[in-house]
Amino acid sequence: MSDIVLEARDLVKHFPLTQGILFKRQIGAVRAVDGINLQLRRGETLGIVGESGCGKSTLARMLVGLETPTSGDLFVQGRNMAKVGGAERRRGRRNIQLVMQDPYTSLNPRMTVGDIVGEPFEVHPEVLAKPKRRARVQELLDLVGLNPDHINRYPHQFSGGQRQRIGIARALALNPEIILCDEPVSALDVSIQAQVINLLEKLQDELGLSYIFIAHDLSVVRHIADRVAVMYLGRVVEVGTEDQIYENPTHPYTQALLSAVPVPDPKLRGMRDQIVLTGDVPSPANPPSGCRFRTRCWKAQEICAQQEPALAVRQSSAHPSACHFAEVRDVVHAQR
Amino acid sequence: MSTDVNVKLDALPGLDSDALPLEVKDLQVEFRTRNGIARAVNGVNFSLRAGETRAILGESGCGKSVTAQAIMGILDSPPGFVTGGEIRYRGVDLLKLRESQRRKVRANRIAMIFQDALSALNPVFTVGFQLGELFRKHRGMSRADSKVRAVELLDLVKIPAAKQRVNEYPHQFSGGMRQRVMIAMALALDPEVLIADEPTTALDVTVQAQIMSLLAELQRERNMGLLLITHDMGVVADVADQISVMYAGRVIEEAPVREIYESPSHPYTKGLLESIPRLDLKGQELSAIKGLPPLLTDIPKGCAFNPRCRYAQDACRRDPVPPLYQVAPSRSSACHFWKEVKADV
Ligand SMILES: Nc1ncnc2c1ncn2[C@@H]1O[C@H](COP(=O)(O)OP(=O)(O)OP(=O)(O)O)[C@@H](O)[C@H]1O
Ligand SMILES: Nc1ncnc2c1ncn2[C@@H]1O[C@H](COP(=O)(O)OP(=O)(O)O)[C@@H](O)[C@H]1O
Ligand code: SF4
Ligand code: SF4
Ligand SMILES: [Mg+2]
Ligand SMILES: [Mg+2]
Repeated sequence: MSDIVLEARDLVKHFPLTQGILFKRQIGAVRAVDGINLQLRRGETLGIVGESGCGKSTLARMLVGLETPTSGDLFVQGRNMAKVGGAERRRGRRNIQLVMQDPYTSLNPRMTVGDIVGEPFEVHPEVLAKPKRRARVQELLDLVGLNPDHINRYPHQFSGGQRQRIGIARALALNPEIILCDEPVSALDVSIQAQVINLLEKLQDELGLSYIFIAHDLSVVRHIADRVAVMYLGRVVEVGTEDQIYENPTHPYTQALLSAVPVPDPKLRGMRDQIVLTGDVPSPANPPSGCRFRTRCWKAQEICAQQEPALAVRQSSAHPSACHFAEVRDVVHAQR
Repeated sequence: MSTDVNVKLDALPGLDSDALPLEVKDLQVEFRTRNGIARAVNGVNFSLRAGETRAILGESGCGKSVTAQAIMGILDSPPGFVTGGEIRYRGVDLLKLRESQRRKVRANRIAMIFQDALSALNPVFTVGFQLGELFRKHRGMSRADSKVRAVELLDLVKIPAAKQRVNEYPHQFSGGMRQRVMIAMALALDPEVLIADEPTTALDVTVQAQIMSLLAELQRERNMGLLLITHDMGVVADVADQISVMYAGRVIEEAPVREIYESPSHPYTKGLLESIPRLDLKGQELSAIKGLPPLLTDIPKGCAFNPRCRYAQDACRRDPVPPLYQVAPSRSSACHFWKEVKADV
């Protein structure tokens, strides 16, 4: 079996922009995800970072099958999900599960924890016979560090961190090999964040899971990820190992993003090579021509408006970077 | 940009222009709810000098916003009540003022910006109208003059094409720009103290960097005191002079920024600093603080942190609450065993 458990090829999601109430007509499209290629290898954690609205959640929802791609292909364990039959597609879907961002709204307040964690068995009843489910749910609660006796409690009786554990237990119910975490710790306080990150790492070791980990906190992603993809306006602009991205970023956007992260050490104040970007992120309904970052890029030249830079390895970039003028700028080291 | 119209604040009883712009002493706030009394703030002490940035750091629910609301006099009351303490502006205890006097201080001398700019701005008025309103109401300016000032302010907070954008509505601005508008509104009347409650939490890091550098620049120019409420230890390390760490409604440690990162002397502060992912910890377990913060309706006896504390001993589980021990000239810690904690690296 191949080492690649999940692959996206030219994945696109456009949301139509319509006008009028009775007679809706399309006046354009939000290009939320606009041609993404990704590979997830067995047992690894792929981090995805990027600013609000760049398409991270839309990508995640397509990867788990909650959203139908406008175009492009999705392969789960080598099978093209659009081409396989219903039964096989269901098996593929089962293998990849989502943990969502907001532990406060993603759980149904009227369901008990037992019902929430056991819900996937209702959707995929073939996985486990009914009489065995309660015991399995309790086992899952135990696995994520919750008290199995709390199976009849409701979400509001749990804290944010505990609710996130409930979400993780539910994602694990069907024994998936791939877990997609969309901002799993963003809503949590740092001390609780650390508990959940430790749990995710423990589960990965014990169950041999592969993770896609979406977050806007770059230091959390650095801690957990083996490889990192940086997104901007619906596209991946740079991808590489954690070391390549953080130590040797070659795309100006990655460099600006890294340099903007405050370092929790007052001794380094003022020593950071901080790149303060001007302007706002352009609308994904109307992205700039050529390189999408050019309206905020301090290195932009004429060619940047005319020709879209490919996400490719270049002479000046050992890992794929979508910039005509990719070159290493060590923004993180400048901090030390 | 200093104002020309004389604000009649000298009539305040006990006003002393040599006293600090803000001093909070043993502040107590409770919420009287159906589930009992939630003691949201129970012993907050700090002071703020002109030109100084003090960070109030703590996890959600520890009472940071309630402290800010009590200072501003905008507490949701009922159910919230200030039940003790002092809040002094240049020596004047704001808690003893009449509401009309208080409102003047609030509008002119102490201003606040909120986490969520969209809900703090009125959606049905243009940005320019809302800014101008401040000058019309508090400075008696004409419509035309106040409009000119509104444009100046948008310029000040670096909103491009301020002349045109002054006529737009809040929803036409991006998140970062709305935050700039809110800063502009807060600075309009030239306050001495600015309280910023999680001003960048809802923003992306690149926008956060823009807003923080803007705030720092304006503060420097105006020699304002900045009370920065946040849970982000990176932001604190970047901008604060002094830190007050809060837990379960109390300030449990206070220190200059460098010293607290170097040698925390309260186990909670130490735990917070240790739970940040760091480069040298890659691939290792993060050191999380075990357990959860207490319910404010049911704060543990003795030290509120004791059920989660790895240094706890019997004395910690008994009343009284640990007092703020003096650790160094401008440092204090509310831990009986601060010496051990500080020495333990
Ligand atoms: N159902 C939808 N209809 C129309 N536009 C949408 C829809 N869902 C998302 N979008 C748009 O697609 C773009 C990408 O959204 P997405 O939620 O994927 O961003 P994100 O990277 O997850 O952001 P965040 O960091 O804020 O979670 C945004 O411009 C968003 O407004
Ligand atoms: N209007 C209110 N009614 C009841 N309780 C409140 C109200 N506002 C705040 N509280 C409670 O006071 C405590 C402190 O809240 P807050 O100051 O907002 O925390 P934070 O430190 O996150 O800013 C919390 O337990 C909160 O639930
Ligand atoms: S291609 Fe041009 S505009 Fe785009 S990031 Fe590179 S230099 Fe900047
Ligand atoms: S007083 Fe005791 S319980 Fe509280 S922080 Fe210090 S050692 Fe821990
Ligand atoms: Mg999202
Ligand atoms: Mg708050």
